[in-house]
Amino acid sequence: MKFAVLVFPGSNCDIDCYKAVEEIGESVDYVWHTATDLSAYDCILVPGGFSYGDYLRCGAISRFAPVMAEVAKAAEQGKFILGICNGFQILTEAGLLPGALRRNESMKFRCHDTVLKVVNNETPFTREYGKNEEVIIPIAHGEGNYYCDEETLETLKHNNQIVFTYGDNPNGSIADIAGICNERGNVIGMMPHPERAVNTLFGSEDGKRMFTSILKSWRDSHDTASIS
Amino acid sequence: MIKATVYVTVKKGVLDPQGVAVQGALQSIGFQEVESLRIGKYMELTLDTDDRAEAEERLKAMCEKLLANTVVEDYRYELEG
Repeated sequence: MKFAVLVFPGSNCDIDCYKAVEEIGESVDYVWHTATDLSAYDCILVPGGFSYGDYLRCGAISRFAPVMAEVAKAAEQGKFILGICNGFQILTEAGLLPGALRRNESMKFRCHDTVLKVVNNETPFTREYGKNEEVIIPIAHGEGNYYCDEETLETLKHNNQIVFTYGDNPNGSIADIAGICNERGNVIGMMPHPERAVNTLFGSEDGKRMFTSILKSWRDSHDTASIS
Repeated sequence: MIKATVYVTVKKGVLDPQGVAVQGALQSIGFQEVESLRIGKYMELTLDTDDRAEAEERLKAMCEKLLANTVVEDYRYELEG
């Protein structure tokens, strides 16, 4: 399986994402934001950071980077797309996920471990977790306060698109939302950083199963379970 | 040349944490009459056109596509010249 880690000017979690994929022994490339072909990749990771300096709004400018047209195409093809932190903000700005991320209610940049509940363990990204399992994954953001209107929230609940919720809401997100997926389930965005929790040396390895979940989902759909 | 001014504000009903913090600061230094405060963005654009209708149409597109995120923000604009 082949992973791409997108790199925008100002990305700063790209190396963490790259290392997380290495941790599960799969092949991974950095892909610069000007790329116009992602056909070689099965999963696209949109990493955290401050792309384009977060000017105007987080993710507002990145969404017009040439590579984003390819990300939209990959989403349509059913490829796996995981946006983390700034990556989540970019995916909402691009309209690949509903809602928006606002300034934290506390006005503070919050950087610490959080307890997340796996609300939906049936997505390709979370299948190796138990239903309602509690996992420890860190956050590091100033603008992770998820917002959507009532109607959208009802749709998210109805379609089981809320993937992760916070145990102790750190930012004021509506319905304690930490991560959501699209209706089809192949695009997911989350503020917490699973790539920073892939080894007990980091304090938690609870994030690693997101990456092994993706791998397992890909293997199932490619009938290559025997190839390691 | 047409000069355009764009104002982007947080939608009514959507929490504006910056506004709340600044309101609290004003109240704490004696401006108790501040009942509410919303923070927004002010942008000045100079457009290389004399066609007002076209300028307005394109400015609206700029607001919808980039300058405002209509999920959480409202915008309004003024044209001059």
